[in-house]
Amino acid sequence: MKTFRIGGVHPAENKLSAGKPIVTAELPKQAVFPLSQHIGAPAVPCVAKGDMVKVGTKIADAGGFVSAPIFSSVSGKVNKIDSIVDASGYRKPAIFIDVIGDEWEESIDRSETLVKECDLEPKAIVEKIKNAGVVGMGGACFPCHVKLTPPPGAVPTCVIVNAVECEPYLTADHQLMLEHAEEILVGVTLVMKAVNVNKGYIGIENNKPDAIKLMTEKAAQYPNIEVVPLKVKYPQGGEKQLIDAVIGRQVPAPPALPVSVGAILQNVGTMYAIYQAVQKNMPLFQRVVTVTGKSLANPQNFMARMGTPMSQLIDACGGLPEDTGKVIGGGPMMGKALMNTEVPICKGSSGVLIMNMTEAKRAEADPCIRCAKCVSACPMGLEPFLLATCSAKGDWERVEKEDITSCIECGSCQFTCPSHRPMLDMIRLGKSTVMGIIRSRSVKK
Amino acid sequence: MANKLIVSLSPHVHSGDSVQKNMYGVILALVPALLVSLCVFGMGAAIVMATSVAACVLFEWAITKYILKREKCTVCDGSAILTGLLLAFNLPSNLPLWIIIIGALVAIGVGKMTFGGLGCNPFNPALVGRIFLLISFPVQMTTWPVPGQLTSYVDAETMATPLSIMSRAIKSGDSTILNELPSSLDMFLGQSAGCLGEVSALALLLGLAWMLYKKIITWHIPVSILATVFVLGGIMHLANPVYANPVDQLLTGGLMLGAIYMATDYVTSPMNHKGQLIYGVCIGVLTIVIRSFGAYPEGMSFAIFIMNAFTPLINTYCKPKRFGEVAK
Repeated sequence: MKTFRIGGVHPAENKLSAGKPIVTAELPKQAVFPLSQHIGAPAVPCVAKGDMVKVGTKIADAGGFVSAPIFSSVSGKVNKIDSIVDASGYRKPAIFIDVIGDEWEESIDRSETLVKECDLEPKAIVEKIKNAGVVGMGGACFPCHVKLTPPPGAVPTCVIVNAVECEPYLTADHQLMLEHAEEILVGVTLVMKAVNVNKGYIGIENNKPDAIKLMTEKAAQYPNIEVVPLKVKYPQGGEKQLIDAVIGRQVPAPPALPVSVGAILQNVGTMYAIYQAVQKNMPLFQRVVTVTGKSLANPQNFMARMGTPMSQLIDACGGLPEDTGKVIGGGPMMGKALMNTEVPICKGSSGVLIMNMTEAKRAEADPCIRCAKCVSACPMGLEPFLLATCSAKGDWERVEKEDITSCIECGSCQFTCPSHRPMLDMIRLGKSTVMGIIRSRSVKK
Repeated sequence: MANKLIVSLSPHVHSGDSVQKNMYGVILALVPALLVSLCVFGMGAAIVMATSVAACVLFEWAITKYILKREKCTVCDGSAILTGLLLAFNLPSNLPLWIIIIGALVAIGVGKMTFGGLGCNPFNPALVGRIFLLISFPVQMTTWPVPGQLTSYVDAETMATPLSIMSRAIKSGDSTILNELPSSLDMFLGQSAGCLGEVSALALLLGLAWMLYKKIITWHIPVSILATVFVLGGIMHLANPVYANPVDQLLTGGLMLGAIYMATDYVTSPMNHKGQLIYGVCIGVLTIVIRSFGAYPEGMSFAIFIMNAFTPLINTYCKPKRFGEVAK
């Protein structure tokens, strides 16, 4: 069975919410939309206090090419444009909307019927995706239309769908495939048409045999789409790792893009959003979110409107447990610990993970015993122990030479370290400093 | 909200591995060899091992507490026990107590704690202890008791080891001396003279299998050492029969013990697989060279010691293959 070639670890899967049907979450009383829910320039509000909006009304325009518009997920009245602490822990500008009823824009097709045919030109498809505010829904939130507009000279040869869901606990993508396989496949054909390739792969880890079986069955009608079962290994959902696993080609070090080896990568949730945007005129304003944790009474998968506070979803799962130590937006390997549970669901919120006090505490670090387990675990072929030590000492020249900018921050090194050393904390410091140095160097030139 | 949330950077989960688990894993892997040495050398083996372990643990505790004045005591991590056990495995079972204690003091004091303790030492501490004793007390360190004297300690009858027979054959140029060697099967099972932990290749290989299964070490270092010794030993044997055959080279002396437990020491071996292979091959070559042309019959400890010194250099020039790197 295929997998990526360098490094990798096997965290306990803990897919507590696997097989739980996607439940439509209740509407919040007030929905909050941070203006930067994606990589790139923040969106620019196009509504003002007091305006009435419907479900699917655009409330903020894209702030540049690498940016995405934001749509209201609720109907009601704009209460204020203020700021809120989002999943990143920073206070950022956001639009607050008081919910009144549930009235949708007329242009949105709310029927369940599957629309397979699409007569649009490739450019029109990309335009429609762009205008629907679709971003990569695996967590990085890179605006989708940018990926679908390869730089001049780059020739895409295949579309790879990331249905790996290698993060422990999360089951949102898994459940989406089980319930919306057809829509996802249509989404894949749309992307293939948009970038003019005739080969699509769907990479699924083999801890989801039901999804592999279903997708393979449904994909039989699409001769150009192949489902690729993958051996379970973290971080297979990393885009470079997935390309290596599926087509056996390695993307060179940054600034090279996946398209340099011919691959266009999209998350399976993004494919569903693309289908909704192109075939149903439905902009991106809801997504599947896994709410899970060992102490949580009833872990579930929700279809939640953007802007819903996470606390509301947690309450729907039985409430925040007494012994909660940490609430994480995303999975346990790469997710961000939240300051509070009022953080709204955004385009990149794949999950909410609740950890109890014992799980949440970091163990005390011992001295490095140079066991080299971090070197074996690193999927990028780096030496995490060295990068961490040199970063801690502030030797930026050395860490740059040791390719610190290739680090994908997957956390495999720290996960595997017998001495519990906080390596990734140090590497992040080194990486961001080196990136800053590189930027200032290019400005001087 | 009643209780405050912990906010820290990802990853938020851990494999559950720890320094202790690795150290005690290696100690567990040494149990078969420990049992064999008790069966072969009896009371002597028990006294040497107990003394060595107790002395190492005591010295580590005392140095941490009274000289380094650290609050956190590192004795529980198992590394001192492991050093003590490995040192004992490298000693003859009739060695007097006071020499063992000096060995333990050098191993822990000079080999480990002077550099700052666990993780900081450039040389394998047990090896530092052994080499110090070998040079300081050459007579006591090279008289080995005849196997099977279960109730004797320093009073045990002694005999030549297979390695000294091999060395004699090379020096005299008479290959018939090699006929005095015990059979390969005896050496494999542990029925020959030698340091107390090194006699049974079978027991040591069982430990290797366990460590590989538990992923405590990878195959790179032991396999590259054993393969190099076998190939180079074979070439020497074919070229001139005064050099023992390669199977006997593998089974004699501290080769297995060194290749499996001493050379694989985390702290003093290279940090990536490519470097580990270079390190292993060099140890194999040096061992055969010292055994064949050197003054000492055994070359394993010196070979590892020399390559320990080269480990930082290997780490600097030998890098793992980066993702997406194009072969030059």
